[in-house]
Order: sequence, then structure tokens, then C-alpha cells
Amino acid sequence: MKPRIAPPELQPASFTFTDTAKVADILSRYPADRKQSAVMPLLDLVMRQMAGEVKEGGGWIPEAAMEEIARICEMPRIKVFEVATFYSMYILAPIGKYHIQCCTTTPCWLRGSSDIVKACEEAAGCHVGETSSDKMFTISEVECLGACVNAPMVQINDEYYEDLTPARMQEIMAALRAGKEVPKGPQIKRVSSMSAAGPTTLTEEAKKAGVA
Amino acid sequence: MLADSDRIFKNIFGFESYSLEAARKRGDWSDTASIIAKGKDWIIEEMKKSGLRGRGGAGFPTGMKWSFMPKPSDKPHYLVINADESEPGTCKDRDILRHEPHKLLEGALIAAHAIGAHKCYIYIRGEFYDESSNVWKAIHEARAAGLLGKNAAGTGWDFDVELHRGGGAYICGEESALLESLEGKKGQPRNKPPFPAMAGLYSCPTTVNNVETIASVPEILRRGGAWFAGIGRDPKNTGTKLFCISGHVNNPCNVEEAMGIPMKELIEKHAGGVRGGWDNLLCVIPGGSSTPLLPREICDTVAMDFDSLRAVQSGLGTAGLIVMDKSTDVVYAIARLSYFYMHESCGQCTPCREGTGWMWRIMQRMVKGNSSLEEIDMLLDISKQIEGHTICAHGDASAWPIQGLFRHFRPVVEQRILDYRKQIKAAA
Repeated sequence: MKPRIAPPELQPASFTFTDTAKVADILSRYPADRKQSAVMPLLDLVMRQMAGEVKEGGGWIPEAAMEEIARICEMPRIKVFEVATFYSMYILAPIGKYHIQCCTTTPCWLRGSSDIVKACEEAAGCHVGETSSDKMFTISEVECLGACVNAPMVQINDEYYEDLTPARMQEIMAALRAGKEVPKGPQIKRVSSMSAAGPTTLTEEAKKAGVA
Repeated sequence: MLADSDRIFKNIFGFESYSLEAARKRGDWSDTASIIAKGKDWIIEEMKKSGLRGRGGAGFPTGMKWSFMPKPSDKPHYLVINADESEPGTCKDRDILRHEPHKLLEGALIAAHAIGAHKCYIYIRGEFYDESSNVWKAIHEARAAGLLGKNAAGTGWDFDVELHRGGGAYICGEESALLESLEGKKGQPRNKPPFPAMAGLYSCPTTVNNVETIASVPEILRRGGAWFAGIGRDPKNTGTKLFCISGHVNNPCNVEEAMGIPMKELIEKHAGGVRGGWDNLLCVIPGGSSTPLLPREICDTVAMDFDSLRAVQSGLGTAGLIVMDKSTDVVYAIARLSYFYMHESCGQCTPCREGTGWMWRIMQRMVKGNSSLEEIDMLLDISKQIEGHTICAHGDASAWPIQGLFRHFRPVVEQRILDYRKQIKAAA
């Protein structure tokens, strides 16, 4: 799919990593002559740094940062661009403060993900692929996020919110808008991926833990 | 039903902490040095005896894969753990990563010793943020406790693990695309041969194993290959297996069960049965999105293992069951998977890059019935032209769900096409 890239007028002239210790730590994970391996964690680090620097919305990767990564990793900048545009998680244009990624692949669809998407659009006041006017939410439809037994689910920034209903989805968004904390994970009374009706295995362990 | 005492993953639901202290109480890291003292030949032989087949989907025998690694040379050997779990319907490795990371690390040390590797990379899908931070903390705990690093766990073997987060590309679950990605490139699969055992990460000998495979290793070696081989339906389908049951069941869940458990028993015992009862079942995708669906008649009796599912023209894959009841528009359910495969095609091979788009566009029309009866055969022909004509199995995986749909539900699509024509005529 074609990535969304910020137009020139939004591109900052330069980018410097503020956490140089983190950059060194990332580089140390790979052989000294294989610096290119660090390109993905560095792209991720850019988004995290930018999230703290932008006036509104969330973190994204400007072209200047890709140039900086090319310098650090000693690789042609086109190779950095290639990686940044290949993977769906690298955001290359301004985005809302909360990126709501609705999984709509078959396992989530069977459990009602279409209604979750609708609820998100309604609460944000914008469509899939857009950012709300207050820059709080960007809504995306994404492919399987790997939490199928807790469907339907969404990812908001780093966290998963599972076992959703449209009403609960809107409550979560209202809470985020109000600056309140929302517990992540299953939104019904349930322990991770265990059956919501109680354990069918590991019953002794469940008793000890007080879940059955 | 598998006895709790025979389950490998005692903390799969995270009842207890994932910390080193709690993991040790559950038996992890208890006698790693004495296992490794038995030598790599013993380890590989015992793994072969266990009959463990790779848990990432392809089901290749693990012991045999390890034995393909060449003798030590001046090139370093690598162990790479594939934690890029992204197959729709599959969410088992996630639970190991977040709740049992020390099983994974202990298994990594043993596997690394067996293949002569001093370094391991865990490639974890980028979206699994909490999961990767749990693994990260476990790595740090293990390093501080001397379980990783020089003379890891007192085994005399130097070994360390690094974590690498992916960027949200399904294709990176294909082992050679994963290696490309780990080298800092686009995740596009490599031509094989050479296989990773000869030229893998940084062109060095590499073994790529799935999370569940590696995390099962310590328990198998502690209790013996014969114990593991004793569970299951036949000698080629052994051991315990994590199943993910999603879709139209009363209680979707993950569960560790014996390989070869009947599908009906699995769904009814652990997932609370099909919504509206077994008679309300339409079909099941048995092993993650790429395995062809099975209609109810087959689900009545089929066993959940590699060869039983193969015999009914499907597969165990990752053992992620997607259950659909009679309210499902099965044409859309499969069309949505066609969209998935189009979206995730890396674009390297023409049949897959173009063909997945063709199939999605035709499937989209078939959902409405806006097609012709002849076009069904054309669609199947396209799927055959993609299957087997690409560098990696993504092309095959995109073709199989459609082939499965028409194998079992062709009349449904035909009826829809006829109904659509009638409507058009009536409107005109």
C-alpha cells in the first residue's frame, strides 16, 4: 500500500537524536560491520522522540531523520527510505495523538469489527485514514494484530484493547480525550486469553491465582 | 484430554508473574547445565525422538533442522527465533512471549548450543510492544543472573540474546524475509537454495525456529523425547500443541492440548462450543488463514494434527482455528483474507504482486454476485497460476483459502451470481 508522506512544507530542516546513549545501545546489538541492521529500531526511536517534540498529535518520521539514520548506519539514504516505506508501522506524516488501529481481518470481522470501526469514526468525527480536527485521533484499518481470541480489538499507540463492544470503544475514546487512563487488555472480566467462562485447563494454578 | 501435569506452558494465561523468580519456581532454568552437559549429539537425537515438528506452520522436524547446521568454521552461527506472529487466527506465541519468556530464553540457550551458535536474535512483531518489553526484561534478568552471557547458566557455553522489533509486515514471518529485515532491508524473501543453514543471517549458518518450538525444548529434554512422542495420535504427529480458537464460539480462548485431539472435542471442551450449538456450524479454518476451510461434515470427525488435516486437503498450520457459524457470509470471510494477502504481498514476484490484487477484485464482486459462472473457473485458474510460481509461500497461501471456498461452497457462490442476475434483470 502507498505510504502517506508529509509534504515539503511540513518537513523540518534537520533532525538530531537527543538520546545518544540509546542510539549507541541500539547499534551495540549488531556486529560492528552490520550497522544497517539498526535502521528499524532507529526509525522507531525517531517516532518516540518526535512524539515528545511535536506541538500537537503524535510522533512521525521526517525525511531529515531518515538522512540522519543513513549517516549513522553508513548506508545509502534511499535504502532507509525503502525500509521506512515498506513497513506499515513507520509513520511518515503528522498523525493524531492517539493512533487507533482497528483490526478488521476475518477473525475480528466475525466478532463485529465493522461496528467497532463505525464507533471509532463516530467518536472521532472523522473517517478511516483521517485525523480528527482536534488532532487527538487518527483512525486506521489494519491487518491481523495477532490477538484473535480476544476479538474484536484495536491497538492505540503501543497498547492493545481487546474484547471490545462499540459502546466500550467510545467510552475509551472519551476517556483518552479527557486525559484519563484506560486499562489496557481485555475490556471484559477475563484473564488474558483464557476462556471468559473460566479455566478449562490448569485449574489448580487458576485456583491458586484466585481466578477460579 | 491432556493432563495438566503434561502441559508444558503452566503460566500460559499469566496467572503468575513472568519474572525469573516465578519462572524458577515453575521449574525453568533448573538444570540447564546438566542438559547441555549431555552434548549436542544427545540433544539433537532426543529432539528427533520427540518427533517435535516446527510450530510456526510448516511442521518441519526440529531435530532434523538442527542437524543440517554445518560443522564449526570461522563464520559465526546464529539462532534466530521467529516471533513475528501475524497469521490471522493465530495468537499463541504472544502468550509465551508475555507470560513465559524464560522458557523461551532457556530453550534458546539449549538450541544455540546444539547448533553451535553464540548469538540469538528474537525477531518479534513490532505491534507486540508489551510482549517485547516482557522479553526484554527477561533478557536483562537472565543476564544479571548469569544465565546469559559468558559461561551462560554454568554450561561453559557463551551465549547472548538480542531483541529486534519488526515493522508490521506479515511477510517477515517467512524466514528469509525475516533475515533480510534483520539485516536492515525491506522484508523480501530470498531465493532458496542456499538455505539459511548454509547462508542465513549475514550470510552465516543460521537456524530459524518458531517461538513455541524453542520454548518447548527444555521441557522435552527434561522429561525425555519419549514422553513427548507418547502424546498424540501417531509417531509423526506428537506432543502437546497450543491451539487458538477464535470466531463464532461461545468462549474464544487459547489452550494447550494433545496433538491429534478431535476438532469437535477441542471446540466444545475448551471454547464452550459453537455459538448456537454444533449444528449451527458452517465451517472452520483449521490452522490460520492460509489453510483451506473445512465444512461441518469434515469438522464432525477430523483430528487436529498435521497429517489428519492434510488428508482432508487442509493443514494444521499454526493451529489457529477460525470458527464460522451459519450466520456468516463465507464469501466475504474469504474475500477479506484475499484483501489481507494482497495488502501483505511484498511485491517481489509478479504472480503474487499482481495476482493477489486480481483475486481480491474478483472476490469483491463475487461477494455481491456481480460475476459470471465462467469467472469462477477463471479465478481458480488464476489461483493455480500463482500457487507454486513465487519465491516464497505467500503466493500459495493467498491461493489456498479461495480454492478451499470453491471446493466446499461453490454452489453458494453460483446461487449468488444467479440471484444477482435476476435482480439486475428485474431492475431493467
